[in-house]
Amino acid sequence: MPITTAYEAKIEHISILDAKGNFDEKLGGVGSKCIIPDADIVKLYAAMVSCRQLDDVAFRLQRSGRMGTYPQNMGQEATSLGAAYALRKDDWMVTCYRENCGLFWRGVPKEAILLHWMGDERGNAMPKPHWVTPIYVPLGTQMLHAAGLTLAAKYRGEDRIACTFFGDGASSEGDFHEACNFAASLHIPVVFVCQNNFWAISTPSKINSAGLTFAQRGLSYGMPCMQCDGNDIFATVYTMQRAIEHARKTGTPCFVEMVTYRLGDHTTADDAKRYRDQEEVDAWKARDPIIRLRNYMVARKLWDDGKEAALQEQVEHENAEAVVRAEGIAAPTRGDFFNSMYAETPQDLLIQRDTMHTHSLGQDPSQLPPEAQARAAQLSAEATAAAAQH
Amino acid sequence: MANLNLVQAINLALIQEMEKNHDIVLLGEDIGVNGGVFRVTEGLQKRFGGNRVFDTPLAESGIIGLSIGMAMGGLHPVPEIQFEGFLGPAYDQICSHAARMRTRTRGAFTVPMTIRIPVGGGIHAPELHSDSPEAIYAHTPGLKVVMPSSPYDAKGLLVSALRDPDPVLFFEPKRIYRAIREEVPEDEYTLPIGKARTVCEGTDLTIVSWGASVVQCMQAIEKMSERDGCSIELIDLRTIYPFDMDAVAESVSKTGRCVVVHEAPLTCGFGSEIAARIMERCFLQLEAPVQRVAGFDTTMPYYKLELDYLPDAVRVSRAIHDCLAY
Repeated sequence: MPITTAYEAKIEHISILDAKGNFDEKLGGVGSKCIIPDADIVKLYAAMVSCRQLDDVAFRLQRSGRMGTYPQNMGQEATSLGAAYALRKDDWMVTCYRENCGLFWRGVPKEAILLHWMGDERGNAMPKPHWVTPIYVPLGTQMLHAAGLTLAAKYRGEDRIACTFFGDGASSEGDFHEACNFAASLHIPVVFVCQNNFWAISTPSKINSAGLTFAQRGLSYGMPCMQCDGNDIFATVYTMQRAIEHARKTGTPCFVEMVTYRLGDHTTADDAKRYRDQEEVDAWKARDPIIRLRNYMVARKLWDDGKEAALQEQVEHENAEAVVRAEGIAAPTRGDFFNSMYAETPQDLLIQRDTMHTHSLGQDPSQLPPEAQARAAQLSAEATAAAAQH
Repeated sequence: MANLNLVQAINLALIQEMEKNHDIVLLGEDIGVNGGVFRVTEGLQKRFGGNRVFDTPLAESGIIGLSIGMAMGGLHPVPEIQFEGFLGPAYDQICSHAARMRTRTRGAFTVPMTIRIPVGGGIHAPELHSDSPEAIYAHTPGLKVVMPSSPYDAKGLLVSALRDPDPVLFFEPKRIYRAIREEVPEDEYTLPIGKARTVCEGTDLTIVSWGASVVQCMQAIEKMSERDGCSIELIDLRTIYPFDMDAVAESVSKTGRCVVVHEAPLTCGFGSEIAARIMERCFLQLEAPVQRVAGFDTTMPYYKLELDYLPDAVRVSRAIHDCLAY
C-alpha cells in the first residue's frame, strides 16, 4: 500500500495593520465598514496609552519602595485589549498577570491591580460582574479553571464562554496540555490565547517549544488554531472575533497565538540586559502597538498632536488618582489574614488570631505563676508595640 | 578562606563539586545565561558549558521527572525549583517517584539528586514566593530535607548532598541569602546530613530551630540573656530529615525546657514532631511543656502582613519567658 497522509494542517497568520503602516482593507474593512468603528479606535488607543503610563507609574512606585515586585505589560497592550473588546461583557476572562489592558477595559479598577502588587490580597477582591478571575502567580495553572468556569456555565444553560491567557513559557506546563485536552474532548468552548512574548524571564521561546509556532500546540488536541500579530489591535480584534464565534457556535474550544514582545524586564526584580540584546528590543520597539495605531489614526485624521497632549495629561491625572486611591486604602488590620481562611473560622484558628500578640502559641497564661503572668503581659505589650512598627 | 554570603557559598560548593564529579548536571528555569533569579548559579554555564548547566522549559514536573530519569541513568542532577511555591506541579514526581524508586525496586534503581529550592518569607515577594513547605517533604519517607542557616553550613551541607546516594531537597532560606557573611573555607569540607549544630551553649532552656528563623532566635537570645540573665542553648537542626534527635534530647535533658521555632505553619509543622520526640525521650527531665513559635495556621499572607506572620525575636522572647516561668 502506498503511504498516505494521515493528517495535514495549516496555521493562518493574521495581520491587518503592519508595523510599516500598511492596512489590509480586505480583512480590516474601510471607513464605516472597518471592523472597529472610528470612535472605538480612539478609545482603544486611549486604553493602551493609559495602561502604558500606569506601567511607568508602577515601576516608579516599586523603585521608591511603595510597591513590591511588579511585572510590566509594556508592548503587550494590544493582546488582552483585543480580546476584551471582542468578548461579550459577560464572558469570562481568565488571565495570568500581564493582561492589565484588557482587565481595565472590562472595568477592573486600576487600584485593585496596584493594591495586589502592593502586597495586599484585597486587590483580588475584584467585583464579580466583570467576569474576571484574580491574578494568577503560579504559571500555567489557570487554563483548567477557564474550562471549569465554562463547563459550569454550560451546565446551567448559559452561552457564556471563557477566554484564557498564558504565555509561551506557561504552555510548557502540564496543566496547559490537560486544559486543552479537557476542553476539546469534553466540548467546552474556551478560547486559549497564548501570548508569545518570546521570553519566559530569561528563557527564550525556542527553549519552550521547538515547534515553528505556539499555535500548533492546539492542533494535537483537535481544535482550530490561528496565529496573529499581537501588536496589531485590528488583528487581535479580528482573530478573537473569529475565535469567539467558533467557540460560541460550536461549543468547542479554539486556540490563538498572539505574537508580541515583552519590551520591559520580566518584573522589577529582573534585569533583561543580562540575557538579551538591545538590538532585538529596539527592533520590537519599532513594532510597538501604540505607535503603530497612533500613526494610523493620524493618517486617517482621527488624531493630532493636540489630542495626544490632552490624552497624556488625562491619563497621567487618572493614574495618579488611582495611586492615591490604592494608597489611601487603610492598611489591613493585623491578623486580617486569619479571617478569610474558611467560611467559618475554626475555633483553634480563632484562638491563634485573638492571642497572636498576647501569648505564645499553645500557651494558656493561666498556667503561669502570678508574677510570671504580669511579666508575660509586659512582654505582650512590647510585642504589640513592636508589631505595630512593622 | 573567603568572606562569603549564602549565595556565594552555594555557588562555590557547586563549582568545586562539579569540577570533581562530571556526573553533576544543573538544570532549571533561568539558571543558565541568567545565573538563576537569585544568581546562585551565576557564571556556571559559562564555566561548565551548556551540557552541564542548562535552562529548561517552564515546567516543574518536567524538571523533576527529567532529573529522576537522569539520576536513574547514572548522573547526579541538581534541578532548581525557582521558588518553593512552584513545587506544586513537581510534587507528584518528587513524592510518587523520587522518594520511592529505591524501595520500589529494592535498590535496583536509585535517585541521587539534589533539588535546590529557595524557601521562606521576609523578602516582600509576591504570592507563592514565601512559603515553608519543609514538613511536607520530611513527612514523605525516602527524601532527605536540608535547610542551612549560614554560608559555612550551606557549603558543607551542599557538598554532602551532592555526594548523597538518595534524593535531597536542599532548601535555601532566601531571607538570609545575602544577610549574613562569614568565613567559608575554600578547602574541601563536608557537614554530615543528619547532624545538628549547637549555635550557642546554655543551661536554662533549649531552642531548636532551622533556616532563617535561627537568626531571629539569636536576636532573641541576645536580648533575653542580657535582660533576664538566662542561659539559653540554641540548636540549629540543619537537616530536617534525617534529624539529629540525639543532640536535641541531650540538650533538653540538660535544660529541661524547650522552645521550637520555625516559619512553617504550626499544625503538623516539623516542630510537632520535635515536641513529640522530646515528650518520648525527655519526659522525666521536662520542667515545662515544649513551646512552639511558628507561622500561624493560615496561608502565608501577602507581604503587607508577612512580618506579622513570621516568627520574630519578640515572639521567641515571649515563648522563652513563658517556658522559663512555667
